[in-house]
Amino acid sequence: MSEKKLMKGNEAIGEAAITAGCRHFFGYPITPQSELPAYLSKRMPQVEGVFLQAESEVSAINMVYGAAASGVRVMTSSSSPGVSLKQEGISYLASSELPSVVCNIMRAGPGLGTIQPSQSDYFQAVKGGGHGDYHCLVLAPNSVQEIVDLVRLAFDLADHYKNPAMILIDGVLGQMMEPVDFGNYKPTFVEKPWAANGCKDRKPNAITSIHIDPKDMEQHNLRLQKKYALISEKEQRSEEWMMEDADIMVASYGMTSRIVKSAIRKAREEGIKVGLFRPITLWPFPEKKLDENINRVKEILVVELSAGQMIEDIKLVNNGRLPVSFHGRMGGMTPSVEDIYDEIKKIHDRLTVKA
Amino acid sequence: MKVVFERPEALQNVPFTYCAGCTHGIIHRMVAEAIDSLGIREKTIGVSPVGCAVFAYDFFNCDVVAAAHGRAPAVATGIKRSHPDKYLFTYQGDGDLAAIGTAEIVHAAARGERITVIFVNNAIYGMTGGQMAPTTLLGQKTDTTPYGRDARANGLPIRVCELLQSLDGVAYIERVSTHDPKHVLQAQKAIKKAFQYQVEDKGFTLIELLSTCPSNWGMTPVESLKWLEENMLPYYKLGVYKDIG
Amino acid sequence: MTEDLIIAGFGGQGVMSMGQMLAYAGLSEDKNVLWMPAYGPETRGGFANCTVIVSDEEIGSPVVSHPKAVIVLNLPSLDKFEDAVVPGGVLVVNTSLVNREPKRTDIDIVHVPASDIANEIGSSRAANMVALGAFLAHKPIISIEAVKNTLKKVFAAKPQVIPLNEKALDRGAEAARVQAAV
Ligand SMILES: Cc1ncc(C[n+]2csc(CCOP(=O)(O)OP(=O)(O)O)c2C)c(N)n1
Ligand code: SF4
Repeated sequence: MSEKKLMKGNEAIGEAAITAGCRHFFGYPITPQSELPAYLSKRMPQVEGVFLQAESEVSAINMVYGAAASGVRVMTSSSSPGVSLKQEGISYLASSELPSVVCNIMRAGPGLGTIQPSQSDYFQAVKGGGHGDYHCLVLAPNSVQEIVDLVRLAFDLADHYKNPAMILIDGVLGQMMEPVDFGNYKPTFVEKPWAANGCKDRKPNAITSIHIDPKDMEQHNLRLQKKYALISEKEQRSEEWMMEDADIMVASYGMTSRIVKSAIRKAREEGIKVGLFRPITLWPFPEKKLDENINRVKEILVVELSAGQMIEDIKLVNNGRLPVSFHGRMGGMTPSVEDIYDEIKKIHDRLTVKA
Repeated sequence: MKVVFERPEALQNVPFTYCAGCTHGIIHRMVAEAIDSLGIREKTIGVSPVGCAVFAYDFFNCDVVAAAHGRAPAVATGIKRSHPDKYLFTYQGDGDLAAIGTAEIVHAAARGERITVIFVNNAIYGMTGGQMAPTTLLGQKTDTTPYGRDARANGLPIRVCELLQSLDGVAYIERVSTHDPKHVLQAQKAIKKAFQYQVEDKGFTLIELLSTCPSNWGMTPVESLKWLEENMLPYYKLGVYKDIG
Repeated sequence: MTEDLIIAGFGGQGVMSMGQMLAYAGLSEDKNVLWMPAYGPETRGGFANCTVIVSDEEIGSPVVSHPKAVIVLNLPSLDKFEDAVVPGGVLVVNTSLVNREPKRTDIDIVHVPASDIANEIGSSRAANMVALGAFLAHKPIISIEAVKNTLKKVFAAKPQVIPLNEKALDRGAEAARVQAAV
């Protein structure tokens, strides 16, 4: 019997957080992430942790702010409308440089929208979302096992860079069950001498995001930008799949990348040379690897559950070199393997004619 | 009492989509009857919440604006201030009103906003599948209080009428119940009176209705009416909490 | 080899748990597995369905529009999913609750009076396992033995329900085999 457990994506986030040493969760109910708070409301008391249902997402993210400021590993989760409400708090977390993990199990917007899967919060996640010049680390797993791995990584990166990290998945990934192996993972905790946890035997610590003198505020911003540059240098992650001989590169992340893989398999059976480029970190965007691949292929197809958001980052790196086309569904609809295969075939036919 | 079975004009001629035995249906009907009895249907604008009643615009035969979660009193304020001659009601669940929307309801009441709030207290989050509400009773098991609500861990249930009664902007607040015909009749009177006060421009009005959620309480409709009576009534005392007359 | 199927019926017919059982059993045979519930508007009106994928390879799309097999426990599910089955695929029909013949002629159809059999052996709740037994007898994507072993683990806390479920699997399998023989 294998060591693997069958788990829903949402529950796996919860267990992964616990194995990563997170003992504090603050959230507010919203579909389709409800399994996560339900899971943690059971699990946290068993490990002497704290599960608290806040009165709103605004409160929840500020509870996260408080817990993070006091030096503990802390997480919150929500889905799109709720994550919109958290944006003010996330901006404060980023400015005060507080390690924390925020999960967004995306549903279709704008507005109340619908609870079906979507990837339309890409801009919000990677381009700021709240006010000011800041970035969250944004990790986008595409399987339940990868959820576990990336949740742990998120806690580590958040601590290491003193920065909020976001786990961005869609409703399907949250709902579906796959085998996961939690292994014998042991979290590593870093010292947090900056934390506001009582000033016995040391000078008082202050945690704030106000720098009222513009000269100071600019210096603060410059320091943050330097940190973001370092993160961008060191933390880009991506997966390449069947890219060695590919003429066509399909770029896609999260659950959508799995549908793309099936479409690629189908196209490969017919000898079409196509591969997948999958950003795993959406911020920092895996520019270096993407750039290398653009140098090798002839055309790019981007597939997202949105009107086309990540495609902007692809185009920035592409910088006009190759034709870039897009296939997306919105509103909670998902493309079928056949839809994506058809798009790949179209590009293939075009390239064949050209040749 | 044949009247009860006739469809009020302020309700659309469509079946409710609430779960079997859910009291949202009867509460809609009472609100519609109150609107009809005052002849104000064409001057009434409803504000629906995020909660099971989010689709209230499918049922009420008057203008309805759907608000973001918890913000109905603010949305209603915006409409009322733009159209002081119109009558506004918000229709809100306990999560919507007493959790995420606490600031909005307190300040609408404090401002003495001329709106009528229909507050449906079913002690749980219905739409999202049964999580703890601010009005969930101690010991009550929900999706996020799997061991039962514990005062230390989850806080204590909020009594909204008692909380708001001290505010001077309030003209009328009453808590009523829906667990039997006698109480439904009382509820009907209270709702009508609240709208009447709004017509008379007296101030902020709120009716709290103790209600059921058979689906998420995991009970039959009949069991839930009984549960309401035995468990909610002792904690949420019925009565008029404020009436400026 | 990748096998995918959709299981559909009313909420309460055990559609979801049946899919999970299959996924668990697949896992015990060291396969890659995926279980995905339909959620949201699709589940309105008390309908439930889930997708199960069992594979020797890395599993791609969790969204399957044309599964190799469909198990329907009621009529609305037949109406909804009959056309989805891939040509040459399998359709298992709970004839106890479906009063029409499927129209497709390009697929294998397994008739099984799952609810009747379940009632006969003691509980209508076991209809899901009867249907699963019938499906696995027709198309052994994993062994019935593996499902039985999984039952023992899943119901470790409620061992009294295990015999009934085992029996349901066997009776379903038997019904399918008899059909194949006819
Ligand atoms: C900002 C935001 N957070 C959370 C949600 C999810 N949500 C929808 S309805 C609801 C609460 C429903 O409970 P209640 O207000 O008591 O109404 P009921 O459904 O019981 O009638 C929540 C939390 C949301 N839609 N928007
Ligand atoms: S979930 Fe509860 S509150 Fe919502 S319609 Fe059903 S019974 Fe009513």
